[in-house]
Amino acid sequence: MKIYLSQDAVARALGADDVAAEIAKHDVELIRVGSRGMTWLEPLAEVEIDGMRHAFGPVSVEDVAALVDGTLEGHGPTEEIPFFANQTRLTFQRCGVIDPLDLDAYRAHGGLSGLERALDMEGLGIVEEAKASGLRGRGGAGFPTGVKWETVAKAEADQKYIVCNADEGDSATFADRMIMEGDPFSLIEGMIIAGVGVGATKGYVYLRSEYPDAIRVMNAAVKIGREAGLLGHSVLGRGPAFDMEIRVGAGAYVCGEETSLLNSLEGKRGVVRAKPPLPALEGFLGKPTVVNNVISLATIPVIFEKGAEYYADFGLGRSKGTIPLQIAGNVKHGGLYEVAFGLPLGEIVNDIAGGTRSGRPVKAVQVGGPLGAYMPVSAFDTPFGYEEFDGAGGLIGHAGLTVFDDTADMLGMARFAMEFCAVESCGKCTPCRIGAVRGVETIDRIAQGDDAAKDLLADLCETMTDGSLCALGGFTPYPVMSALTHFPDDFATAKEAAE
Amino acid sequence: MQASTPAAAPDEAAIREVIDAHTHLEGPLLPILHGMMEAFGHVPETAVQPIADALNIGRAEVHGVISFYHDFRTLPAGRHIVKICRAEACQALGANGLADTVLTRLGTSWHGTTPNGAVTIEPVYCLGLCANGPAAMVDDKVVAGLDEAKLERVISEAGA
Repeated sequence: MKIYLSQDAVARALGADDVAAEIAKHDVELIRVGSRGMTWLEPLAEVEIDGMRHAFGPVSVEDVAALVDGTLEGHGPTEEIPFFANQTRLTFQRCGVIDPLDLDAYRAHGGLSGLERALDMEGLGIVEEAKASGLRGRGGAGFPTGVKWETVAKAEADQKYIVCNADEGDSATFADRMIMEGDPFSLIEGMIIAGVGVGATKGYVYLRSEYPDAIRVMNAAVKIGREAGLLGHSVLGRGPAFDMEIRVGAGAYVCGEETSLLNSLEGKRGVVRAKPPLPALEGFLGKPTVVNNVISLATIPVIFEKGAEYYADFGLGRSKGTIPLQIAGNVKHGGLYEVAFGLPLGEIVNDIAGGTRSGRPVKAVQVGGPLGAYMPVSAFDTPFGYEEFDGAGGLIGHAGLTVFDDTADMLGMARFAMEFCAVESCGKCTPCRIGAVRGVETIDRIAQGDDAAKDLLADLCETMTDGSLCALGGFTPYPVMSALTHFPDDFATAKEAAE
Repeated sequence: MQASTPAAAPDEAAIREVIDAHTHLEGPLLPILHGMMEAFGHVPETAVQPIADALNIGRAEVHGVISFYHDFRTLPAGRHIVKICRAEACQALGANGLADTVLTRLGTSWHGTTPNGAVTIEPVYCLGLCANGPAAMVDDKVVAGLDEAKLERVISEAGA
């Protein structure tokens, strides 16, 4: 008997290791895998029945005996659960399927075929393929990945770098964490292809300290990659040199901004740099540097495996390919849902997530993390795409969605956005450093009944939007102003309320 | 464990050892500071000058980096650090009320340590467990799906 058990951080945080220890007392083969993304079922165990994996979960220690003797009630074949069956899993094709650190299993499931193909191409051919896929930065900015690569490829320098931004600090986002824990070689392969494409021989993953499991898995995977000749003086024994290191962040949210990340990687305060110069020309240690998000890089292998055309055929308008939605907060069925761009927001929240966990009506959905707008139910027909959300006064960011029920206090959430900005501001520019503090004070004035402070808040937000150096100060007005605009009742002053 | 408290002040040789283990890296300062945290539970004041000397930068620069990042502390914490998530997804599941209750019960506030020195409570902004909140982290171990009873159990297991 073969049992697959998730070892993703979310499964371990819900007791998967105790379940594993209990399973080990029985005469079965236990394989720890990444997450299938259905986190409301974690810890998820799968048992192979007639060549198909059947899902059981959440599994507790007390359930193990029944799981092993076949009497535990399950959910049927994992891949037939609607939440899973309706996805298009490209980036996450292996996540939850294989032992994350089994390089042979990685290869058996399509891994490294993208790299093999890339090694047969010229450097600029690799860049062209990335451009043709239409892949855009999945970290939030949505800049075309191939165009960034082209700038670095054409820059003259004795040393170039690939830096992976794994400082996934946005609330409601965990796609980076899940792929690093569940299929680390896809990120490593993506970084190697990027390196070969632009002529970089060294890569760094800047990984946040809040992800101890991902740090452990990535370090182990890099070591295995070196021993297998995937990394080193000649990639797979026939390519150029490429090696990489995992570096750990130190709890600063702003280091998810690429220039601040580069400063941090260099051992400095994580202060934002003014652009230009672009990191693509003067990045890490002043050298041309590709800075890409985890998901952008982990999607590269499947693009090279199946071809740019195949990938670009998915999606909507200029939002090509698939997007791993991260459905979080107060939801019945939360987790990771990879799908082609274009699903309406309401379908994601009501049909896929099944509404709120509390069973109360949905009030707002924050899309794109702490710098994303609070979307009201009236915006539920907005299709999930970069331009579409921009047009609706929001942003998709790293594609995290936090659902709130009708008990949410939107003035409180707006205040939190300012408070968070004040805590995490790097301090370099005034609109962010001072503006966030004044923002908290101004919202407190509104809460105390000062109606005139609303105009002041709008004015302050305009200054922050136009005057901040990076997205932290520049985008904090999204949650603040969307809360004020869409949920005016929560900002009704004491005087108004009395009338 | 990050949160272990040493009995005596770290000696020069131990500090030296941490520095020397990392000077070959490109951008060695953060790895050195993480090394100090791991070895001593904090970055001792006596480490600042040797780090500055080894990297050929000023004391002020080292101090500036230490003080910039939430993870680096200059004084020892409690024996365990419990980080409770305060980010939006956990808030959507009642994390604020949960944290308030626990802080009140322990008689401490954010960044504070329980009187018996066992547990320091820190805020954290997202552990990536956002569909299964509220979440927290005890030293390097994450816990999710918290309610009051479960968080209380986690904290008392840590000795508070």
